[in-house]
Amino acid sequence: MMMNSMKSQFNVNRGTVIDGKWHQNRYLIEKELGYGANGVVYLAKFRNQHVALKMSDNGISVTSEVNVLKSFSKVQGSPLGPSLLDVDDWKTQGKVISFYVMEYIQGPDLLSFIKQKGDSWTAVLILQLLSDLDKLHKAGWVFGDLKPENLIVTGPPPKIRCIDVGGTTIQGRAIKEFTEFYDRGYWGLGSRKADPTYDLFAVAMILINCAYPSRFNKDAGGLEQLKERVKQSKQLQPYESVILHALQGKYHSALEMRQSLIENMQGSTGQQQTRMQKHTKPAQQAHATAPLKQQKKKKKGGVAETLMLILLISCLYFFYIYGQVI
Amino acid sequence: MRTGTLKQILLITDGCSNQGEDPIAMAALAKEQGITVNVIGVMENDVIDDQGMQEIEGMAMSGGGVSQVVYAKQLSQTVQMVTRKAMTQTLQGVVNRELSQILGNRQTVEDLPPDKRGEVMEVVDELGETVELEVLILVDTSASMKQKLPTVKEALFDLSLSLNARSGQNRFSLFVFPGKKNDVEKMLDWTPKLESLTSIFSKLTTGGTTPTGPAIREALTYFKKKKSLRSLLSRDDDEFYEESI
Ligand SMILES: Nc1ncnc2c1ncn2[C@@H]1O[C@H](COP(=O)(O)OP(=O)(O)O)[C@@H](O)[C@H]1O
Ligand SMILES: [Mg+2]
Repeated sequence: MMMNSMKSQFNVNRGTVIDGKWHQNRYLIEKELGYGANGVVYLAKFRNQHVALKMSDNGISVTSEVNVLKSFSKVQGSPLGPSLLDVDDWKTQGKVISFYVMEYIQGPDLLSFIKQKGDSWTAVLILQLLSDLDKLHKAGWVFGDLKPENLIVTGPPPKIRCIDVGGTTIQGRAIKEFTEFYDRGYWGLGSRKADPTYDLFAVAMILINCAYPSRFNKDAGGLEQLKERVKQSKQLQPYESVILHALQGKYHSALEMRQSLIENMQGSTGQQQTRMQKHTKPAQQAHATAPLKQQKKKKKGGVAETLMLILLISCLYFFYIYGQVI
Repeated sequence: MRTGTLKQILLITDGCSNQGEDPIAMAALAKEQGITVNVIGVMENDVIDDQGMQEIEGMAMSGGGVSQVVYAKQLSQTVQMVTRKAMTQTLQGVVNRELSQILGNRQTVEDLPPDKRGEVMEVVDELGETVELEVLILVDTSASMKQKLPTVKEALFDLSLSLNARSGQNRFSLFVFPGKKNDVEKMLDWTPKLESLTSIFSKLTTGGTTPTGPAIREALTYFKKKKSLRSLLSRDDDEFYEESI
């Protein structure tokens, strides 16, 4: 068996009719949407609706992706991947090719969208992504092959969607598929065991990728090289601490990273305001930084609360032991 | 279902053999013994000619494995992908045989309706995660491989990272060809820690002929013989699997 990228492996052009062997559904191919290591995806028409049809001569990968999409469909709320519409085989020229049909997700990929619409969308879309990842993680999965090419921005209003579940892995198992640049193993920053922090590392790399669209190679590797790159980019300043946290696996959940990103964004817009206002009304400066002070106060309050709690529990524990002894 | 040990040879080369037995026949010999042969061709500034390509594809085909020709830059990603893919392929073969025993007359997963394949796939996935794996890595160290060796080292390190993320056990061993005295030389005996190869690679010297066929034949003898092995031969074509009892 020879492995190849699937480009032009199938003789499927505009106008080709794909007849499903088992379910007898008929799909009319309009064009190729893209291809990768696992297959070719076509835009097709079914009952006057656009659908995306993924074909592979490797039946295993079709079945395995379908399994993931089926399991996603059982999760309530906003969809985690494209919704699954059909699975079937296509007999052509004496060969049998497996395919599945899914919702067509229309729009540019993440980097193209940000290039078009501007950097102010980065944070918004990453926040959306983190919400979706949190649901996916809570359902027991890790997305795995997270990268800009597998993220499509649909809309309006703009909404990020994950496609390509080829890397999606049950938590605790070895990541099925990944792309080096977004893989913490490649950078020497962790294992390839599927846990939520694996995806969060990739999210940090996607943020870095936004500032370095053509990516870069590993030289020294490790945290130092990535840190350096983050420092060198002005665009990444607002995210610096979030990125570094995620790269080191310090966020336990996507929600935690999301919260941290929000706080950071507020912090950075606050700073910008301060900077702008310095030139005009110095009196308002204090006002602009007020939210920061409040946050600090809250933290102090938190420490006091914790101390109280510890004290209380110690007391109770003491009485409990005392009671036991007597 | 009992899981046995999957046995693979991972051959990394950059061209044609020029000495000894036909490597395609030796790969077939491996397959007869339940050992899968995967082949990766590495290119740097050179390209692998048609003859080399045919040999690489031929070895994988007759060895029941997977082959891929890549530029050195993509080697890491490829090595782990090829190994994984071959594992799945072999396991699928095992499951297919079990299925045809249950369902009768040579039914395979592909004969099931698509909706039913999922459950079978889950079994394959589960096995892929837990099965014991033995990979004998066979590296071509003929003169042309000199500049490629650092990349090979990195790719193997990366392979252990991928495989050690599984819960199943792994054992690796490393052989190079041509060896100093023989066609093949053992550099690293069976170990779960492929990381230990780092120091070995700096000591490697390159040069000499490319006795790919003899290297495979010799390598086969290093797989551990278990006391009672029952080789389940596939009825149709491809994979083999050994069950330890
Ligand atoms: N549901 C979909 N809607 C729209 N475009 C899609 C969809 N699925 C895939 N694509 C396009 O096809 C490309 C390849 O599909 P993908 O599933 O990522 O294949 P691979 O697993 O081989 O990488 C994607 O990068 C994307 O551009
Ligand atoms: Mg993809």
